[in-house]
Amino acid sequence: MIQISGKTIAEKIFSAHSGTDAHAGDIVVADVDFVMGQDGTSPLAIAALENMGVDEVFDPKKVALVMDHSSPSPIEGVSALHTIMRNFGKKTGAKIYDVGCGVCHQLIPEQGHVVPGDLMVGCDSHTCTYGALGVFSTGVGSTDGAAAMAAGKLWFKVPDTMKVVYGGELQPGVFSKDLILALAGKIKADGATYMALEFHGPVIDALSVEARMTISNMAIEVGAKAGLMKADEKTLAWYEGRSERTPLVVDPDDGAVYAETVEFDASTIGPMIAKPHAVDNVSPIEEIEGLPIAQGFIGTCTNGRLEDLKIAAGILEGRTIHPDVRLIVAAASKDIYLDAMEAGYIQTLVKAGASIVTPGCGPCVGTHNGVPSNGENVISTANRNFKGRMGNSNAFIYLGSPATVAASVIEGKITDPRKYFKGGDAR
Amino acid sequence: MTIEAKAFKYGDDINTDYIISGKYKFKSNDMEAMAVHAMEDLDSEYYNKMKPNGGFLVAGTNFGMGSSREQAPLVLIYSNTQAILAKSFARIFYRNAINTGLPVVECDTDLIDEGDELALDLTGGVLRNATKGIDIEIKPLPDVMAQLLADGGLVQHFKKHGGFNL
Repeated sequence: MIQISGKTIAEKIFSAHSGTDAHAGDIVVADVDFVMGQDGTSPLAIAALENMGVDEVFDPKKVALVMDHSSPSPIEGVSALHTIMRNFGKKTGAKIYDVGCGVCHQLIPEQGHVVPGDLMVGCDSHTCTYGALGVFSTGVGSTDGAAAMAAGKLWFKVPDTMKVVYGGELQPGVFSKDLILALAGKIKADGATYMALEFHGPVIDALSVEARMTISNMAIEVGAKAGLMKADEKTLAWYEGRSERTPLVVDPDDGAVYAETVEFDASTIGPMIAKPHAVDNVSPIEEIEGLPIAQGFIGTCTNGRLEDLKIAAGILEGRTIHPDVRLIVAAASKDIYLDAMEAGYIQTLVKAGASIVTPGCGPCVGTHNGVPSNGENVISTANRNFKGRMGNSNAFIYLGSPATVAASVIEGKITDPRKYFKGGDAR
Repeated sequence: MTIEAKAFKYGDDINTDYIISGKYKFKSNDMEAMAVHAMEDLDSEYYNKMKPNGGFLVAGTNFGMGSSREQAPLVLIYSNTQAILAKSFARIFYRNAINTGLPVVECDTDLIDEGDELALDLTGGVLRNATKGIDIEIKPLPDVMAQLLADGGLVQHFKKHGGFNL
């Protein structure tokens, strides 16, 4: 007897983009709706295109290069790489987001380059971020990116899907960052290698679009190819005015076949911390509270959005950071920076003692704007705490939510943020 | 073609920040210069060990996890790393390695110790541990990747066929 089974979001998007009846395990050559590169990866992609003998991109409207990882340039070498990117933009018509525009993973959805139902690739591992918007987006290397820029297609193995369900209710002072850290701690860094994640449950439904992006952003930290969510009314409302293209809402079929299912009761999840030097080295905050810190960092493609700055400003309003601590803040994009100024969050953070740096990735990837000293502990909202990640292999990076970072910089030690949310509106 | 070299052994979850730190990779496109920093946060002598005679980088599970940086396989190639042998690989690194021409082989690396003399015949699919006198089973490359590798990598595949021909 033939079993008719339903499809996952990934299988549906790959079917639509490859013109095949795609199932997990199939190899397909699929059309991509968009290709992105950043300043750490684009120069190699441009070189690969040259080696292929290709001097144009498949559609200039569907390719963007972003200067964010080392931007504004701190040294001559980077300046030369940025020049290569600018010249490529002039030659091919590809969109260039220059110094100060922001982090690629905020810009690509914010500027409306991808809509729900799309398939896109980016030369950056955190390209999985837009899964939160119902986009199958995944990170590739520069040569794969170059092939996609040239052909508008790429080959893919259609992934198995792991279903992750968050039931219950998020507690005050606990955020989407804590949910994804809980998953990393549970299934570990290779728990979903070669798979797509599909996030479900009432807790996901209740999150804002921005908070959902924090979760999808870190799908790669458990090895996943994508971190998908169903697009809903909130997603469609978020897109209003951003894109002229029509979003395609792709829901998984009822009978979709999942390789694994992982369930959480979010009511039992508190603030979580990823400890050095691995994202899956996760503890509840109670186990690490009181550890002295020298620097806090709020920003990145994980947690540099308006809501994140609002949460941090809410805690730091009328307070100052500990005298032995620096606080670095980077909005994820120029638009967020402007909105945060408009709302007064930037003023609040600066008054509290924060250094605001250009929207970009610098502190997270160790290129500039806040390299820690030997032996220092850093508490950060980023997605990676690998040894040397922030530019010094003798520093120690702890990852948490914006609320955890804000609470910690006040006291100069890792601090449970829940005391700031008692009886208040904590989303 | 058989590659003969010594094994240099490392652990599980070797991430691409270890292979080449962000503080170097954003500075230039000069892989020769960057290669001296390959793996330095794990083993500051990596380049000096590999460069003179080449070697196999032998690891555990999830090799190449993390960032999509293609500089990672490239600096390993430029440091004279002959192939990576691991129990499993992270997805993006695996594709990048094939695309740049660095052989990646899935096998049971518990059967290899530091300093073992190995011989890898990629076409025949045989890995010989000469020191231990055993043959180690290796997992064949997926067809699509074998095809890309046979064409000399993705760039050459494109040049040959004018696009994807898989």
